[in-house]
Amino acid sequence: MLDAETPGALPRDPAGALALLERMQLLRAFEEKVAELYARGQVAGLVHLAIGQEATAVGVCGLLRPGDTVYGGHRSHGHALATGADPERLLAEIAGRVSGYARGKGGSMHLVAAATGFVTATGVVAGNIPLALGGAFATQLRGTGGVAVAFFGDGAGQSGQFHESLNLAALWRLPVLFVCENNGYAEFSPLSAHTGVERLATHAATYGIPAVTVDGNDLGAVREAAAVAIQRGRRGEGPSFVECLTYRLRGHYEGDPAKYRDRAELAAWRAKDPIERLAGRLAETGLVDAEAAADANRRARAVIAAAADAVLASGPAPASDLTTDVTA
Amino acid sequence: MRMVDAIREAMRAELAADPSVVLLGEDVSVGGPFGATKGLQDEFGAARIRDTPISEAAVMGLAVGAAAAGLRPIVEIMFMDFATLALDQLVNHAAKLRYMSGGQLSIPLTVRMQAGASGAFGAHHSQSLEAWLAHVPGLKVVAASTPADAYGLLRAAIRDPDPVVIIEHRALYWGRGPVETGEAGIVPLGSAVVRRPGVDATIVSWSRMTATALAAADLLAAEGIQAEVIDLRGLQPMDTGTVLASVRRTGRAVVAHEAVGFGGLGAEVAARIGEDAFDALRAPVQRVAAPFTPVPAAPDLERAFVPGATAVAAAVRRTLARPDPHRRSLEEGR
Repeated sequence: MLDAETPGALPRDPAGALALLERMQLLRAFEEKVAELYARGQVAGLVHLAIGQEATAVGVCGLLRPGDTVYGGHRSHGHALATGADPERLLAEIAGRVSGYARGKGGSMHLVAAATGFVTATGVVAGNIPLALGGAFATQLRGTGGVAVAFFGDGAGQSGQFHESLNLAALWRLPVLFVCENNGYAEFSPLSAHTGVERLATHAATYGIPAVTVDGNDLGAVREAAAVAIQRGRRGEGPSFVECLTYRLRGHYEGDPAKYRDRAELAAWRAKDPIERLAGRLAETGLVDAEAAADANRRARAVIAAAADAVLASGPAPASDLTTDVTA
Repeated sequence: MRMVDAIREAMRAELAADPSVVLLGEDVSVGGPFGATKGLQDEFGAARIRDTPISEAAVMGLAVGAAAAGLRPIVEIMFMDFATLALDQLVNHAAKLRYMSGGQLSIPLTVRMQAGASGAFGAHHSQSLEAWLAHVPGLKVVAASTPADAYGLLRAAIRDPDPVVIIEHRALYWGRGPVETGEAGIVPLGSAVVRRPGVDATIVSWSRMTATALAAADLLAAEGIQAEVIDLRGLQPMDTGTVLASVRRTGRAVVAHEAVGFGGLGAEVAARIGEDAFDALRAPVQRVAAPFTPVPAAPDLERAFVPGATAVAAAVRRTLARPDPHRRSLEEGR
């Protein structure tokens, strides 16, 4: 388990606390906009939303610094945004527009925003985990103190690449942070249908990696665990594993009716909405009052609305790009 | 110089020239099973020359991620058959990250794969799977038939900004040949070379089959048939220009490779000739390939599996024995 010496889980200054809340609101507004555009036929393809999981992305990425790198999966719009990627270019990429980060050639599951350290997402479950080891290996070789973060879901925990990577990261003491967003479902099946292991953090112990399981809908809990893990990585003490128990409030992909989940379960998790919980906690502590939180939400929604307008005014991915960027 | 030494010298030169070059593989510190990496860890240190666990997927993915972060990793896949375990990272990630990122990422990765049937190693240590890899947009694939090319192509691969797979045939490792080291010895990726000029037929081959094709050309020369032998070297990208120019001169073509025929790269070469030099052809293009079976273990069966010079020579004779449509039309015109 991770040791107890941690920096403050939440910033003590109102501005810092408000910035985290607003970032989570931005992720929520972004993904709701994606859902809206998808429903209107303005976004095509396979779209996996992480509405309800904003605390993990913002909790971890809010602690990173330039030179750190992040590797996501198929449900990673929020991870990219949390690194500071431009919402307009991300939305344009998801909508297949020329103004997207890859001019529409990547799409929702393969986002890359290299300038903010979001190296890649992947459509292959667990495929990003070894890539994160590579980023960590590069910083280790260069001695820069940078860390690499791999975000993955509970469905990745049964794959070979996951286990090979845990072993290799521990063996080489790589500065990598494994963040398992355990949302309870691997595609359409509960985790219990895929493994007899209840807590994926227990795998980390097998490989000698410090691990902790936290309430993934509690931003403070995620930050507390991630801060310890990141410090370990920066100090050259090797990898860490943080399992965040969370829930996706929408289906596996847009259009999935998610009949495999019952209403009581969904209602229980709605009551644990990470954004409302953070706003409530900040109000209790007197750091950010309800009015300031509502203002922040309006700002976040305005940013996303303006981004969406710009995206819809942008041109489609041009056919002339079809055969570029295959090789140098 | 032996090919295995040429490979080591190429890595040594690039490791010395560029601190971002690293080498990853199983037992590379002691040279691996064939000695290709022997001594490199002593010279460049354990941080850059890394022994890995038997975890091809994670090692390949780590190398792809390191390449995305600006390093120039060389990964040794001990036997090409084990590349199956790393295909997700090679095919879905290394090959596609430049494209999916719209050019934000480069993956300067070199993957050395020892391959081919020899020594009765059986079905899991002998395959020639180059067609799988050459089929993937974003991967480059080369195969050397001489020590000089093994040196020059490997140095070019390490410097290349894209993922390059180098196929090394173990039956060639101990063969000797002249090697020009240094910058002058670097061989551009995707360049074919004419190994033996001829006027009657073109034989296209690569890797170990180039020697077989040259042996076939010797057999044919004794019969007065002058076969031109092209060593393709680059499989992706493929230097079809050199092939087409030759076929336009000779009017006859045979493609010879050690991989099985169905869906093999011989079909690609034949198709290119059919599309772009059909008018020059005096006979159908012939393919010589391994039978459509796994690679057998027994030495006698392995010898029967690998196409030999007599099979290649026979294929050339088939192209010559067929009625020559051009000559016939001339005769009919008289």
